[in-house]
Parts: sequence; structure tokens; C-alpha cells
Amino acid sequence: MLDYITSYLGMNTTPGQAGNIFWAVVYILVVFGGVSVAVMAMNWLERKALAHFQIRLGPMRVGPHGLLQPIADALKLFTKEDIIPDQADKFVFWIAPLIILCASFTVYIVVPFGPTHAITDLNIGILFMLGVSSLSVLGVVMAGWASNSHYPLIGALRSSAQMVSYEVAMGMAVVSAILMTSLHGLGAYGVAAHSTGTGTLSMIGIVQAQQEQQVWFLFKFFPLGLIAFVIFAVAMVAETNRAPFDLPEAESELTAGFHTEYSGLRWSLFMLGEYAAMIAVSSIAVTLWMGGWLRPFPNTLTGDTWDLVFALLPGAIFVALATIAFVGVARMPKHPYFRIQTLGLAGFGVVLGLIGVVLFLPPVRDRIQDIFWFIAKVGVFMYLYIWYRATWPRYRFDQLMKVGWKVLLPIGIGVLILTAILGVLL
Amino acid sequence: MTDPTTYLSHLELGQPDKTFLDSNELIINMGPQHPATHGVLRVILKLDGEKVLGTECVIGYLHRGVEKIAENRTYTMFNPYVDRMDYVAAVSNGLGYCEAVEKLLNIEAPPRAQYIRVILTELNRLASHQLWLGTHALDIGAMTPLFYTFRDREEILKIFERYCGARLTTHAFRIGGCQYETYEGFERDVEKFLDFAPPKIDEYEELLTGNRIWLERTKGVGKISAADCIALGVTGPVLRASGVKWDLRKAQPYAAYPEFDFEIPTGQNGDTFDRYLVRMQEMRQSLRIIRQAVGKIPEGPIMAKVPKVMKPPVGEIYHSIEAPKGELGYFIVSDGSTQPYRVRVRPPSFVNLQALDIMVRGQLVADVIAVIGTLDIVLGEVDR
Repeated sequence: MLDYITSYLGMNTTPGQAGNIFWAVVYILVVFGGVSVAVMAMNWLERKALAHFQIRLGPMRVGPHGLLQPIADALKLFTKEDIIPDQADKFVFWIAPLIILCASFTVYIVVPFGPTHAITDLNIGILFMLGVSSLSVLGVVMAGWASNSHYPLIGALRSSAQMVSYEVAMGMAVVSAILMTSLHGLGAYGVAAHSTGTGTLSMIGIVQAQQEQQVWFLFKFFPLGLIAFVIFAVAMVAETNRAPFDLPEAESELTAGFHTEYSGLRWSLFMLGEYAAMIAVSSIAVTLWMGGWLRPFPNTLTGDTWDLVFALLPGAIFVALATIAFVGVARMPKHPYFRIQTLGLAGFGVVLGLIGVVLFLPPVRDRIQDIFWFIAKVGVFMYLYIWYRATWPRYRFDQLMKVGWKVLLPIGIGVLILTAILGVLL
Repeated sequence: MTDPTTYLSHLELGQPDKTFLDSNELIINMGPQHPATHGVLRVILKLDGEKVLGTECVIGYLHRGVEKIAENRTYTMFNPYVDRMDYVAAVSNGLGYCEAVEKLLNIEAPPRAQYIRVILTELNRLASHQLWLGTHALDIGAMTPLFYTFRDREEILKIFERYCGARLTTHAFRIGGCQYETYEGFERDVEKFLDFAPPKIDEYEELLTGNRIWLERTKGVGKISAADCIALGVTGPVLRASGVKWDLRKAQPYAAYPEFDFEIPTGQNGDTFDRYLVRMQEMRQSLRIIRQAVGKIPEGPIMAKVPKVMKPPVGEIYHSIEAPKGELGYFIVSDGSTQPYRVRVRPPSFVNLQALDIMVRGQLVADVIAVIGTLDIVLGEVDR
């Protein structure tokens, strides 16, 4: 048994490929737990960042700067009464949030956090991701239908139409990125490519292709890669029903859209699914265009010194966060009223500092920095999501469709064709 | 009462289609508990998919019988009640009522009181427009302007609070003038606000005016022609955005308005975007009026000679002013006693709400929200 477990440690592949069930389960648990924690963190960050955009403070009471607010919210939702409307289709009503949740969590099977840090590496990885994540439409439609109420029904219709439409444009952008994996071509930096020339749909393979070609696909065939990326970045916001495309849950029109009739735990499952889906599509964008786990500036900032600097950066960031926490502790008023807040902040500081110190250890450092860069890039997208929401009004339904079909789709097809032509010529 | 179809007689409800492909119109009830109906307005919508085939407004959820109350109160006692109608522009309501009774009593407020009235009323117009902008933008999905406008409205409310102790239902004016002398530093506070506000209005415009999504959501939405406006009695920014240059401050000058130099902004298209622009311009014009007024508040008394017991001569009077939302009129019938025989209020929100059906027919559900927002209704005033 022990041999079975340790046999994987020497391997240079994902547990799924190695066929090691034990480590696969461990990875699944880690990823599932990690995504759940990320959703909670995202919930806090969104409320905090949005509040600061809007000259408010946001959550401040539960824990220092409201850091424990998501936990309090989760507890509240778990203890609420479980309501199923009398007229609802009980079974469908019950299963709809689960479908959304499963769809948005299943895609993490192929998300490559590092060259070996994925649950498995499917040779159709990207196809699997797009396919499974579109299953969440089913959950939305079921939720809207089962509620047996007008607002959810309209919300579900809007949502399904929107998600299906934007998947088309999204697909065009994705295909043009996949084409790039098989092309020899010159990078935007003018560095000759070393690609083997065979394309791939595997998520890990796509990042490795960017590594071999020494260019993030964002900059490849400039500006084609960039345009495809922008199309994807717009479509993914629509796909996840976030502002400014948050029509299905347009609060001012449809109260809460397809989950109007849901409350408590089931409602929180929808939220969990939505945020998990946001992280999932962001990780597709990172994988396809932003070099996945690759560190920034691999071509300009080279050499052992820079490697070391970039390797130390994750730990340094955590230590810096810990320092901020400790400065906060020092500046906290000394009144007994603030004692628990001070202790809480100190606790956060200690945890962050310990993580930072652990990240400085060479064996951890080497294994963890891929994951760090991947998460950092996804974090940029998460911030963008919040920024959009604070800045823009909401599109109307017909305008949304117009943007999807008449703007994004033609550009997407154009980019796809041009990429293919350029790939053959160069 | 429970059956919505009883309200929908003019919407030509068809018999339900019993075939498999049942594609009836959908009738949905928006409100009275709905995040975007600005209070307790209930709109019954007849929809074909997302398209609006007709609307029916059901009002009265906030009816308090203000007009009936007036018949059992003396003229002075009724004064605070008018603040509760359009509670976001309470100062304008008070001004309209006080001026109407003054006209009935044939007295005139002294010049100093007139100037204070103009300053406070214009500040209130600004506050009302700011609240409109915040909620309207929120309805269309832009969350952030709401918090910016509330931040700046706070400065106005602070001035009110220091002047008369109340922030919302101010009861700032009395029949014959103002109850309170300006507090020390009133001019300084107002001038400080005059410097504070213009960059903030620029800030709102920066967020919205050039915003592509904002333009798409507002341009060509909820169009209403000048002829329709006049036929329905629609007044205020809604009328002006349709191109009619009608502002009671110019057309029938009252208080100290003839002494100030300001313009009446108008639009051409009569759509939501024009109404937005008109109101943004009005905010700047209000600042202009306040700037002219605050420098030269005349010295003198703030109350005219008003009898302790008011017994207006038998007769009737209609007096209207330009409230932030349109023409606010008071029709008062006096039987010579201390209490009015009848008070009838012509609230701008109530009249403007009539235009909702014309404005949204054939448009989409999302536009209903935009139009309710752009009409700038306050349900306290609609229902009274």
C-alpha cells in the first residue's frame, strides 16, 4: 500500500495519467476544498472591493475587516429553513442546484495548476471543460421551470439563450488558440519557435506549447491572439452571467432571475456554482492565452538570478501580507473592545507568515511556484469581474444578443480564419 | 381584487389557447414589492416574450388621505403634511403650499424670506435630482453612481439640518415667510457646497454620459412626443426633454425667481437619454441660481405680518410651482373659516405616471424599469 502511494512521488505526471487512485483522490479533495475556500475568499473580496469602489467600508464586523464574514454567511444560510414552494416541481427543484454545482466543479478535473498539478490530463481537456461547463445551462433551465413562477421562468429563458449564444463566440476564440498550438510560426518577440508542430487539446499540452514557442498566445500573431483573447474575455463574463451581462438575475427587473424562489442552502449552492464557474472560465483564459502556470517575462528576465527572484516571490508576497496584518495589529486601538479583532488579525498574520516561510523552503518553492502564478493570473480576472460590476450598467436582452451574434461571432470567425492562414504561411 | 384580469379590461385579453403549442401572452405582476418600482407601485405587464404589449398601473398602496386631512386642520396645521407627499423634495412642496395660502390671504413674504426660499428650494431640486440619478442608474444596473449621489446629497441634507433641524421632511417655510432666520455660517456652507458640487456632477457624467452601455440602454427608450406630453398633462423634465420650453419658474415666475438669470435646458428626442441630460443640466442651472442668490440675500424681516388666526376670505385659488418633478399645484377652496373647505393637490408624479403606458408599449421588459426610473416618480406623491 505504502509502495503504491510513494510510487507516484517520483513520477513526472499527473495522478490521473499515472493511474494512481490514492493521489487522484487527494488531489480532488485538495482542489475541491481549495475552490470552495477560493469562492469564500472571492465573496469577501468582491464585497470589500465593491465597497471601496463605492466609498463604503463593506463588511467590518465579523473578524478583522470582515474577514470571517463569508463563514458567518455560510452558517446563516445552512441554518435557514429549507423552503420548496408548494407549486414547484419538487424533484427538479431539488436537483437543479446540484446540476449547476456538479457542472462547475467537474471542470476542475483538467485545470492545470502546474505541469504535474492537475487531477488528470485528458487529451481532449479543453473540449471537456467547455462541454461540462455548458451543462450548467441545464440546471438554470430546470431551476426556472421547476419554480413554477413567472420571474424565474423569464430569467431561465434569458439565461439559457444567453449562455448558448455566447458559447458560439467563445468556441471560435478557443479554436483559434488551439490552432496556435500546432503552428510553427514566429512569436511576437521574433524568437524562432521550437514547436513540434502537432496541435493539442490537452490543457497541459496547450501551456507546454506556449512554453516551447516561447510566447503566450495572447501575444502570438499580434494582434490576432489579443483579439481572440478579448472575445473570450467578453464571452466568459456573459457565460457566467456576471455584470454587465447579468440579465438572468437582473435584480431590478426580475428580482433574482432563475433562483428567485430559492433560499437558504439551495440558494448558496447556486452562488457556489456561479463563483466556481467564474474561476473555471478564468482558468481557461489563463491556460489558453496567458501561459497558464508559466511565470511572467520568461524571455526577457532570464538567468539563475531571475529564476531565484521569481521563485522567492510567492513567499515574499505572503510575508508582505503578514507584515500588513501585523502593522494593522500594532495600529489597532488598545481598547478592550478591540481585543478579539486584534487577536483575530494577529492570527491571520501568523498564518500568512507561516505560509510565507514554508513557501521559502526550496523543495516547496520549486513545486509551488507554478500553482502560485496560475492562481495569481486567475486572480487578475477575478478582480476584473468585480471592476466590471462596479462600473457598468446592464445590457438589455436584445442588445446582449446583438453583441454576441453580430459583433463577437463575426470577429471570432475572422480571427479564426486569419490565424489558420497565417499559421500556414509562416 | 385578487384577479389581475379585472384590471386589464382595456388590454384585450384573449382566450387561452388550448393547443399543445400554447403561446399566450404572459401577464406578470411587477410590484408592489419589487426592487425597481421606487416604492409601492404595482404595474401589471402584458408580455409577449420580452415585449411589452400593455401596462396597467395600480396605485394607492401609500394612500394616506392627505387632501382629506387638510379639511380638518387649520391652514398652519396642514403645512407639515405637504412635506410627506414628495418626501424627497419636501421643501418644494412646502413652498407651493405656503405661496398658495399667501395668495389666498393676499399677503407676500418679505424679500429676505423669498431669497432663502429660493436657495433652499433649489438645493432641494439638486437633492431630488441626485436621488433620481442614483436610483435610475441602479435600475439600469450601474450600482456605483447611487453611492456617489448619496454622498453628495448628504451635504445638502446637512445644510437643511442645520437650518431647520430636519433632513427630509423639513417643514422649512411658514405661511408668510420662513420660521427660522438663517443660522450663522449659512452662506458659507452654501458657498462651500457650490464649490463642492460641480466636480461631483462631472463625476456622475463621467461614469454615465459617454458610457456605451448607458447610451444603448437610454437612447430611443421610452420615447414620448411633445404633443403626447401636452395631451397627458406631463410636465417637468419629461416635458422639457420632448422639446417644450416650459418651466413655471420662467412662465409664471414666483418667489424671487424673476431676479435670477438661468436657462431652461431642453431636449429634442424625448427619450430617456434626453431626460437624463435635461436633469443633469438642471442640476447645474440650480447651482447657478443658488450662486446668484446666496451672495445678495437682502436684510430685513423673514416673516410678513400674518394674522394669528388665519381666516382667508371666501374664494378659491390655484397656485403652481415648478417642483423637481414638474408642475406642483395646489387648489384651495376657502369657506372663510380657519380650515380649508377643500384642498386638491396636482402632484407632478401622479400626472407623469400616466405616460408610462405610452412610453413602454412595444418595448422590452427592461425598458419598463428604465422608464419608471426616468419618470422620477415618488409614490408618496402619486398616492398622497
